[in-house]
Amino acid sequence: MGSRVLGEGVATGVPEGRRLERRRTPWRERLFQLSLGASLAVGVVFLGSLLTYVVVEAWPRLDFRILTDFPDIIDPTQAGAQSAITGTIWVIAFTALYCLPVGFLTAIHLEEYADRHRWYNRAIEINIQNLAAVPSIVYGILGLGIISRGLGFGQTVLTASLTLSLLVLPTVIIAAREAIRAVPQSIREASLALGATQWQTIWRQVLPAAVPGMATGAILALSRAIGEAAPLLLLGGLTFITFNPTGLDSAYTVLPIQIFNWISQSRAEFAPLAAAAIVILLVILLAMNSLAIWLRNRYSRRW
Amino acid sequence: MSSEIPPTAQTPTTPGAAGEPPSASPGDSGNGTLTPQVSFRDAPPLAGPVFEVGSLSVFYGAHEAVRDVNMTIGDRQITAMIGPSGCGKSTMIRCFNRMNDLIPTARVTGKIRYHDQDLYGRDVDPIEVRRRIGMVFQKPNPFPKSIYDNIAYGPRVGGFKGNLDDLVEETLTHAALWEEVKDKLKTSALALSGGQQQRLCIARTIAVEPEVILMDEPCSALDPIATAKIEDLMEHLAQEFTIVVVTHNMQQAARVSHRTAFFGSDVDDKGERHGRLVEYDETARIFSNPSDPRTEDYISGRFG
Ligand SMILES: Nc1ncnc2c1ncn2[C@@H]1O[C@H](COP(=O)(O)OP(=O)(O)OP(=O)(O)O)[C@@H](O)[C@H]1O
Ligand SMILES: [Mg+2]
Repeated sequence: MGSRVLGEGVATGVPEGRRLERRRTPWRERLFQLSLGASLAVGVVFLGSLLTYVVVEAWPRLDFRILTDFPDIIDPTQAGAQSAITGTIWVIAFTALYCLPVGFLTAIHLEEYADRHRWYNRAIEINIQNLAAVPSIVYGILGLGIISRGLGFGQTVLTASLTLSLLVLPTVIIAAREAIRAVPQSIREASLALGATQWQTIWRQVLPAAVPGMATGAILALSRAIGEAAPLLLLGGLTFITFNPTGLDSAYTVLPIQIFNWISQSRAEFAPLAAAAIVILLVILLAMNSLAIWLRNRYSRRW
Repeated sequence: MSSEIPPTAQTPTTPGAAGEPPSASPGDSGNGTLTPQVSFRDAPPLAGPVFEVGSLSVFYGAHEAVRDVNMTIGDRQITAMIGPSGCGKSTMIRCFNRMNDLIPTARVTGKIRYHDQDLYGRDVDPIEVRRRIGMVFQKPNPFPKSIYDNIAYGPRVGGFKGNLDDLVEETLTHAALWEEVKDKLKTSALALSGGQQQRLCIARTIAVEPEVILMDEPCSALDPIATAKIEDLMEHLAQEFTIVVVTHNMQQAARVSHRTAFFGSDVDDKGERHGRLVEYDETARIFSNPSDPRTEDYISGRFG
């Protein structure tokens, strides 16, 4: 059939529909491109003005004392956010320590071992997806009722990090599962066909290939936890803390809550302080997200 | 490596003893050109069968994909499996190293004897089975690691205690790949061409010194030159290994195999398709004088 059409073309000259000149872009396509550009602009402008506003607000207090001084309710000019910064680091470090091993192992189990056709595995899967959508304040209530009061851990770093672990665990699991699932089945088959055990296959082939994706997801999940204020409001983060945490049983505060605290003060001098703390929080978040992007680009594999 | 020939093998009678098929031309050893003049390989008698398949059926869930297959696969021969798409060739070949175990819905009934053992016996370890019976897949699937690590992977997971460097060199030489890659052993296997990747996959398989190599359409993603190289390699390897190869390429089956199994499919009264072994014989016979009209139709291209 192809040759017949070609023959026709030769016989009758190039038909109208087959000219090579560039046609005018149809208006639908233009409209589409325009709306793409517009959406991008909205995002960039919004982020840009937010950053500018915060930095301008924070400028008077964007100095080293914000890092070295402790909150001071009497004299805002003497106040810093050190206890909140160290509190954030403590809480997030222990959150990572609890939720990453559990999350990764759960993901490996669900992807590599669990039989997807069993109803209980499907139930677990749906459950995890729903848990990821539960509002964080609900985790705060859970933490207050069960971890803080029920287990008697009180308003401590331990309670906060356990609660945040539960909060981000579904996200960590889902991201890790995606990364594991992205490893082609042909790699597993190749390994098994060489007489490797399932464990060897996972440990030597699947995980090395999936780890960058798992790490990226984990960092993004943790950076969500860093910005959380709601559950910690219920868990004692709001108490006025002028010292760094000394252990898991220590009282604590974290950056989002310190910001909340300062903003709700009536005196105007606290506003730049809050803005400066926001800048610090944003810097931490941007650093973590950059690390995630770098990891993804550095170790992304082609098959 | 050549000293590792399994002791079970009773060496088949010397090649040529089984009677030359009429169309054989001794010079042509399957060089990839699609000449109609094909030389068939001699099929020595089935001395010391490696596999004996008895009333084998494979189910996916309730669907019987392969029904009642009986065949015997000879030691150090190349056995080709041909047939239309969907008739269960891959399903069948994956039974030989228990790869179907990995598909939760798959179920095998009937018997496969591997030498004197029941391959699906209760106390048989599928891991051990796959160490003896290697597999090469349709799409080259090297690990995203260096060439060296690809070869060394099987021996490493198998607990190889010896000089890996020597083993890698020996294996690559054996697979006729050494000259091409000896200067870049530490570079990624993914940087090789498709044909080289597939030969690397074959090399990786023989590095664990299996007895049998199963190949499921090993050349279907390759160009004719790369295909010819793999066919040469198969013939070379058939001196030591038993090879079962699924192929859609008639010339390939005719060129390289000693015996050919033709699979077709039946439709039952419920409208379900079941793969069946239609005819299994010496390759020369299958291609020149098949006894089943379906085989003849398929080979002469009258049938999908
Ligand atoms: N994992 C699976 N689950 C369910 N059914 C399957 C599965 N794999 C194969 N089948 C079915 O089994 C039958 C045989 O498939 P198989 O892949 O063995 O055919 P084939 O002869 O290798 O085909 P091709 O030449 O296209 O590779 C088909 O009907 C197919 O749909
Ligand atoms: Mg197939």
